[in-house]
Amino acid sequence: MSGHLNWIGYRTIVRKEITRILRIWGQTVVPPAITMTLYFIVFGNLIGRRIGEMGGFDYMQFIVPGLVMMSVITSSYGNIVSSFFGAKFGRHIEELLISPLPNGVILAGYVTGALARGLMVGGVVILVSLFFTRLEVQHPLITISVLMLTAVVFAMAGMVNAIFAQKFDDIAIIPTFVLTPLTYLGGVFYSIGLLPEFWQKVSAFNPILYMVNGFRFGILGVSDVSIGRAYVIILVFALLLFATCMTLLNRGTGLRS
Amino acid sequence: MLALQVQNLTKTYANGVEALKGISMDVEEGDFFALLGPNGAGKSTLIGIVSSLVNCTSGSIRVFGASVQRERSRAMTYIGLVPQELNFNQFEKPIEIVVNQAGYYGIHRKTALERAEKYLRQLQLWDKHDKPARSLSGGMKRRLMIARAMVNEPRLLILDEPTAGVDIEIRRSMWEFIREINERGTTVILTTHYLEEAEQLCRNIAIIDHGNIIENTDMRSLLAKLDIETFVLDLRECLEQPPVLEGMEIMMRDEYTLEVSLPRRKSVNALFAELDHRGIHVVSMRNKANRLEELFLRLVDKGQAA
Repeated sequence: MSGHLNWIGYRTIVRKEITRILRIWGQTVVPPAITMTLYFIVFGNLIGRRIGEMGGFDYMQFIVPGLVMMSVITSSYGNIVSSFFGAKFGRHIEELLISPLPNGVILAGYVTGALARGLMVGGVVILVSLFFTRLEVQHPLITISVLMLTAVVFAMAGMVNAIFAQKFDDIAIIPTFVLTPLTYLGGVFYSIGLLPEFWQKVSAFNPILYMVNGFRFGILGVSDVSIGRAYVIILVFALLLFATCMTLLNRGTGLRS
Repeated sequence: MLALQVQNLTKTYANGVEALKGISMDVEEGDFFALLGPNGAGKSTLIGIVSSLVNCTSGSIRVFGASVQRERSRAMTYIGLVPQELNFNQFEKPIEIVVNQAGYYGIHRKTALERAEKYLRQLQLWDKHDKPARSLSGGMKRRLMIARAMVNEPRLLILDEPTAGVDIEIRRSMWEFIREINERGTTVILTTHYLEEAEQLCRNIAIIDHGNIIENTDMRSLLAKLDIETFVLDLRECLEQPPVLEGMEIMMRDEYTLEVSLPRRKSVNALFAELDHRGIHVVSMRNKANRLEELFLRLVDKGQAA
């Protein structure tokens, strides 16, 4: 297929994904907004007032970037894993598999759909946060690029999960036992400077730490890690996951008998 | 030109099941081709490999000259597939399902909408185009899959039991639709368990059993191989025992019904003359099974005995 025909195929997948996100907005956009509102009220407002400052900011201001990033990570991962696995389970993934679309276009379409949901949810959480605190974005380009790259990384991770998943339980294991602990330990609620040295070194192996801090640097201008290293780590994960997704799709793992 | 060229195709699944054992067959462009076989014979595996849903173990497969293994994208542009199982998103609307499928083939949205309306109307689904697909009846869902397969206007349409579970009226309208598509030049490959359907529609045929092609010829030659035909005769008066006629096997179903196995060399006129001579009057007559069905069962039984 020519580039133009692939472009139409890509747009079709993206349109379908966004239509799905909007059709079930009560499951895709509203729950993260409610959860994050509770975080803002409980952690930011009630507990945060007793904590005082962190990293030179009100505790509420400090946790906003982390909570936005947390919702973007779970939404982009969750979107692709439920949509792609749902298509596999309902067998309508065959509509794509028998089409002439190259695997790269299929991956790009689903990742863009997940990115769209990540951005929608991130936008809603930022809007909610404005009811509780004031935000002045220090580095807009860094903010948006880290946000988008993170959504893309977790979308591709979700794709790997969806490809291997055989049953619905399989799409809940990674978010529950890997993603949630890494996110909570990734500096969303605290600066790793508060940790003992040993745990600071352990935290350095958590990729989410770099994403949260990269985003926090973009918004607040402060970070526990260097912004350069954060970009390198995010890009390395993006490339590794892209290569994994393409290899699995080209082999037909979990999709073609 | 060959629409489909299959050479020495084998498929062994991970669990060791040998679904195809080196089959070869050709389908000419414009043909209406029947692919028959009992359940588990390998038909769906073959269709899966042609449509790239299943990876073959060895051999080659070409669609209008394009190798499915090496030029997948080009080969797939030629194919429309109606699978055996429902495989669309039940939460989407028929119009979305058909238009999205067109998009995957690189068809502009405007053209896709026009074609979707055309095929949904032709398949009597237009009044449901905006309703969730899950609300359609079984027959409508099958027709929706045909509309979806037609939206890229394929040169090769593969129908894997398209009329399974569909009532006779809708089945006949689907036959009519598919026959028209074939007359306009689309090559059609049909698998079905309704052998009457295959006999009426198809010009050429392959029968697969246990992963091997046991027959591959034109329909007329195949039917000519049927050396014995069995007829059911309804009688005016009752009989106590069946008549004995030379060279024919006659059984009584009940006192008013005879089952006569007639060798091809004997004419039906000879049968009637003999019965008339014995004062047996026939009210009506029909085939016990349709001819292809009778032949199919014999071929498959022979294959199993071997």
